[in-house]
Amino acid sequence: MIGLLGGAIGFVTVLVGSAQGKPSASSVTIRVAVVSNSNMINIEKLTPAFEQMNPGIKVVYDTLNENNERSLIETDITTHANEFNAVMISNYETPIWAKNGWLVNLSPQLNADTSYDASDLLKPIANALSYNGGLYGVPFYGESSMVYYRKDLFKAAGLTMPLHPTWEQIASFAAKLDDPAKGIAGICLRGENGWGENLAALDTVINTAGGSWFNDGWQPQLTSPADEAATNFYVNLVRKDGEAGASNDGFTECETAYGSGKAAMWYDATVAAGLIATAYPTVSAETGYAYAPTGSPTGATGVPSGWLYTWSLSIPKGVSNEAQTLKYLEWATGKGYIAYSGPKIGWANIDPGTRYSTYALPQYKKAAGAFAGITLASINGANPNHPTDTNVAIPYVGVQFVDEPWFINLGTEVSNQIAAAIAGTESVSQALTTSQADATAVVKQAGLLK
Amino acid sequence: MSNVLDPAQQLPADRGSSAARRQRFRGSASLGGRRAWVRRLPLLPALTYMIVVTQAPFVVTLWYSLRGWNTLTPGSDRFVGFTEYRQVFADPNFRSAVVNTVELTASAVIIAMMLGTALAILINRKFLGRGIVRTMFITPFLVMPIATALLFKTTIYDPIFGLLDYVLSPFGVHQVNWIGTYAMPSVVLVLVWEWTPFMMLIVLAGLQSESLEAIEAAHVDGANAFQTFVSITFPHLRRYIELGLLLGSIYIVQAFGEIFILTGGGGGNGTATTNLPYYIYEQAFQSFNVSEAAAAGVIVVIGTEIVAAVTLRVLSGLFTASEAMA
Repeated sequence: MIGLLGGAIGFVTVLVGSAQGKPSASSVTIRVAVVSNSNMINIEKLTPAFEQMNPGIKVVYDTLNENNERSLIETDITTHANEFNAVMISNYETPIWAKNGWLVNLSPQLNADTSYDASDLLKPIANALSYNGGLYGVPFYGESSMVYYRKDLFKAAGLTMPLHPTWEQIASFAAKLDDPAKGIAGICLRGENGWGENLAALDTVINTAGGSWFNDGWQPQLTSPADEAATNFYVNLVRKDGEAGASNDGFTECETAYGSGKAAMWYDATVAAGLIATAYPTVSAETGYAYAPTGSPTGATGVPSGWLYTWSLSIPKGVSNEAQTLKYLEWATGKGYIAYSGPKIGWANIDPGTRYSTYALPQYKKAAGAFAGITLASINGANPNHPTDTNVAIPYVGVQFVDEPWFINLGTEVSNQIAAAIAGTESVSQALTTSQADATAVVKQAGLLK
Repeated sequence: MSNVLDPAQQLPADRGSSAARRQRFRGSASLGGRRAWVRRLPLLPALTYMIVVTQAPFVVTLWYSLRGWNTLTPGSDRFVGFTEYRQVFADPNFRSAVVNTVELTASAVIIAMMLGTALAILINRKFLGRGIVRTMFITPFLVMPIATALLFKTTIYDPIFGLLDYVLSPFGVHQVNWIGTYAMPSVVLVLVWEWTPFMMLIVLAGLQSESLEAIEAAHVDGANAFQTFVSITFPHLRRYIELGLLLGSIYIVQAFGEIFILTGGGGGNGTATTNLPYYIYEQAFQSFNVSEAAAAGVIVVIGTEIVAAVTLRVLSGLFTASEAMA
């Protein structure tokens, strides 16, 4: 089925390719699959600059939403159809695919090219894209998580947001600021199903409460006291003082709700700061920023809890025109593109979280000074190798996911349960019991648990 | 209509002459290969096309279903017999998907048919602007399912910006998470909105083919409007309704876009709107479990064949019965 599908995609690609006018004999077309986030839309518009600098190379983008892009790339790579010269994937896929031998090790060529300055890439991000010491993807943008809050509403209510809030404080602020009569929710939190949606936020709450997905013997921990308390806390918070209809809300929905003044706080990706600044200037002017909240629901202190995520570009093994593709990767993730795109798309809106040098640019400091420091420190503070309490031993890597190939399946099932708990159609303990059973079946099938 | 759908009527006669039929068949085989093939030749391109686009993929699917291929796990593409089938049957999500599919299809088809019949009876009357009203009633069927689902999700169901919330807020219903709390009814409502026009058209065709003489005769005999409807119109409409139910079920059983956009298979106990097509999609394109998806696909095909065979037999029985009644 997949083979046929791959063939069909290939066929359509050929048709589309030939319909786009024949390039001259010496020119090379680079096909790139990207996610339709606004930063990627921006680079599509600015790519003619790259084509002017490299007259022999033409770049064609295939832009799809996250879920569809993932399945398209996954299908393309696993069937070795190699329709794309470069693919945009994340720090979830990169190490797994590198281990499977599906990606090109970029280190030798990048290290040889001093103008690219690979050592300028943020260490935690570069590490998350590495396997066995080799870099298999270059970050297009990187992110952690943080709290956005409305300074005007806090002032009116006589509240002060600390720079490093605890979840307990966030819950009490949300209770005071929740104002259904005015249509303003205390806090906007992700509730939509999808492992990259509600689980991303919830996992950080579980981590800082000392919970985890598995113990060091791969025994699932979803019904452990720490996981259960944290999940109850999250679900109750969003049900009581969160936005209405939270179980359908992901990043985009929360961005709209917060941006149009329907929420007093929002806990989400650091990259949203630039988007809010660009798309919702009035709300942005009243927005304050704080670190990802920490601590357990009972008030115990917890580890820094920001997540670590990056959309990065990789080259599948065995594709044609590797040298030209690498040139494109270096341009898209290089210092030059950041400097070039700043004036064009707005300095606050440039691709954050990839290079130390970005945070030293005076223009960026001026435009994004209020949040750039928190973003950088949060990325540096994220610890994918040990996201939870130091006393809790875990066998996996990843802050807001478990970096194993079977996790997509499990994550989707668990996120469905969490969404149902947030919608109130089942209880948290029911949701976690089902999730625990799912997780047990998955690790047993993977041969990790006897 | 009855001529087309009534092979059953001729069945008794045929049955008696099955020997003759065999004779005829043997006769055509011995006609000599050449003439037979000349006769078949115009059919061949269509037949080849049919086999290539429907049967070849099915055979490939059968092949994949006997392997253990998960594209994310290198080395998993090897023969494992019926392991994947066992796994599909052992998966509680598969079993609930079967139940969800029946629930979703039955409720959408039945509600759409009831509304469609009511609208058809209204539209069948003469009034000013009937053409415009009819066109407006048909329009929902012509909107793409994904567009419909998106419109419902963002402009109607949304608890913050949605019209449903706006309209109901004077009655104290405010900020209700429609999709999350009432996942299945939300999907059914969208499907009903899409499919009511289809049902309406079919029933309308039935109403317009009704013989006026029979109705006039009923009037002369002193029957009132209700009696006329129950005794004359409804029996006449019955086969149209059955046809609508059959076609509606065939299409709605495959509902995917509405679920993809509205609920992502969630709701209720976490998978309340995962029907069989969505279950297979999740297996193939979220878990990349190609073989399990293939096995589930084969099981669904077999199940559908059984249901369809029984339904068709029951329906053709009904046709004969109603024919006999008439």
